[in-house]
Amino acid sequence: MSDIRDDRAGVADPPDDDPKLYADTVRERVGTDIVAQQAAREEDHEHEFRQTPGLTVGLGEVPRQASLWGDAWRQLRRRPVFIISASLIVILVIISLFPALFATHDPRECNLIDSLLRPSSEHWFGTDLQGCDYYSRTIYGTRVSISIGIIVVFFSTIIAMIGGSIAGYFGGMMDSIIGRITDIWFVIPTILGGIVILSLVRTRGIMNVSLVLIVLGWATMLRLVRSSVLAVKANDYVDAARAMGASNSRMIIRHILPNAMAPVIIVAAINIGVVIAAEAALSFLGVGLQLPAISWGLMISTAQQRIITAPYLLVFPGIFLSVTVFSFILMGDALRDALDPKLR
Amino acid sequence: MGRYLIRRVLQFIPVFFGATFLLFALVFVMPGDPIRALSGDKPLEPAVIEALQERYNLDKPFYQQYAIYITNVMKGDFGTDFRGRPVSDIMKTSLPITVRLALLAFAFEVVIGLTAGVIAGVRKGKFFDSLVLISTLIVIAIPIFVLGFMAQIVFGLKLGWFPISGYRDGIYSLLLPAMVLASLSLAYIARLARTSLVENLRADYVRTAKAKGLSTKRVIGIHTLRNSLIPVATYLAVDLGALMGGAIITETIFNLPGLGRAVFDATRSQEGTVVIGIATFLVIVYMIANLLVDVLYGILDPRIRYE
Repeated sequence: MSDIRDDRAGVADPPDDDPKLYADTVRERVGTDIVAQQAAREEDHEHEFRQTPGLTVGLGEVPRQASLWGDAWRQLRRRPVFIISASLIVILVIISLFPALFATHDPRECNLIDSLLRPSSEHWFGTDLQGCDYYSRTIYGTRVSISIGIIVVFFSTIIAMIGGSIAGYFGGMMDSIIGRITDIWFVIPTILGGIVILSLVRTRGIMNVSLVLIVLGWATMLRLVRSSVLAVKANDYVDAARAMGASNSRMIIRHILPNAMAPVIIVAAINIGVVIAAEAALSFLGVGLQLPAISWGLMISTAQQRIITAPYLLVFPGIFLSVTVFSFILMGDALRDALDPKLR
Repeated sequence: MGRYLIRRVLQFIPVFFGATFLLFALVFVMPGDPIRALSGDKPLEPAVIEALQERYNLDKPFYQQYAIYITNVMKGDFGTDFRGRPVSDIMKTSLPITVRLALLAFAFEVVIGLTAGVIAGVRKGKFFDSLVLISTLIVIAIPIFVLGFMAQIVFGLKLGWFPISGYRDGIYSLLLPAMVLASLSLAYIARLARTSLVENLRADYVRTAKAKGLSTKRVIGIHTLRNSLIPVATYLAVDLGALMGGAIITETIFNLPGLGRAVFDATRSQEGTVVIGIATFLVIVYMIANLLVDVLYGILDPRIRYE
């Protein structure tokens, strides 16, 4: 059984038309194996049936009607990896929605007399140079990271879905035009492009930074949607729908996109983590958010100067940032394991 | 192979002009007057402004400015900084350090990443395998600058094994930064090599080789490894370009006077021409790396050539 399971962890076949995309998705895909590993250990009999639907019928049981999503959910909620990452994400989202519930102090009420206190029962994470409670600031920093992550991934996915489904579904001229535009955006690395654009912007808030990350991030996603749509398009039920006279828009919205969504959702989950790390990196380099915004990247950037006398200033936001990125990447892994039809 | 090569190179040309044009346009549409930035806080005489605009071709239409710029870039002229020093001079002094750092990181990735991945793949399900899988997942999740500072505190400060920052000890002071720079890709490569090997070990040709009575060493070393390394090789080549960009953060943390540090310093001092000059250079390097990957992929996997 563990052998069958491991198939799902494998790197997918290279899409025939695009070696670059392959090298690119490979980066995304290799994360799965740890999930498969753990899953192999908790394998049980019932599980085996679900993996091989033919077997269920052969044994004379009533074949259960199961959609991809229903099946995925049933698998997911038993996985420790999913439970861990989902609860972490839920906690982080609640923190970012209601930071006041968790904070012990007002993050902007600072007393210079309390400057650079070490962690204590009064100030759990100590205080920074201005004497602000560092724990409360770290808590409030969650909001910025989570919002930028969600905003950027939401909008770049929408752009990718529109462009990718048009390119993949219509092909030909449309595909060439969209493909060439994507090629051009694709060769501009996120951090480098972000530095170039943002260094020229005077005031940088969540909206500016998000916009730049959307602009630099949709190309990879679009390639993924396109190849996913191409794969779905080849299915018989798409031909059947066409034969029954479905319009182009109906074909895309009702038949193709819902079935092409699985890999997109997986990469989107991972990308939230990647975007959060990118925002922190840009803020750290001084071209992301600006004070008085409360952001982990900014906090780490400031803490850099006191790395020897007050390393805790660097460690706490660093831990929060890492755990946040970790939980989204882990979530992507768990979702891939349950959803990716290619690996099933 | 010849036709494949020609097609790839032809496809590269529009991407080259497109991407450089895009960078140029992005900078152009940004608010702010470069002459005003040049003058600082003191307002300039209108005549001086005019003369400067003419000197930097700012009085010409947008497409002409791009044409002049890209012609200069192809001649190796990336503009000058505020003090009149050519950006290409800055690059000449800082590029060798970045190249050394990137090559060292690259070596770490190949040696450590591949070895760990292959051993984990061969011993699938054993302790070493789980160790590789878990440790790589953790490395992937920690952002590079957090990792950099942690390495600085632990190995530089507490243990004192490596210099904390600067470039005084030559290659020795590059070891720790190179390790940090390599860590993310190293983790990906280990995982990629492992999954690829595990997958190939179940292929029919491996079973045939075993049935013929070949030794395990030969089956893995000759038959399986060669096929498993195709995705790894293509990933490594893409990564070489990415390393050049990723060096910005590492060089900033470890205070190494390389290209990335030059970009960072230029953003701090608001020297747009330096930022754009170096960024253009790095994007060109990245594009060429991408082109090489395509060619390499065609050599390694003949199926790709006949699309």
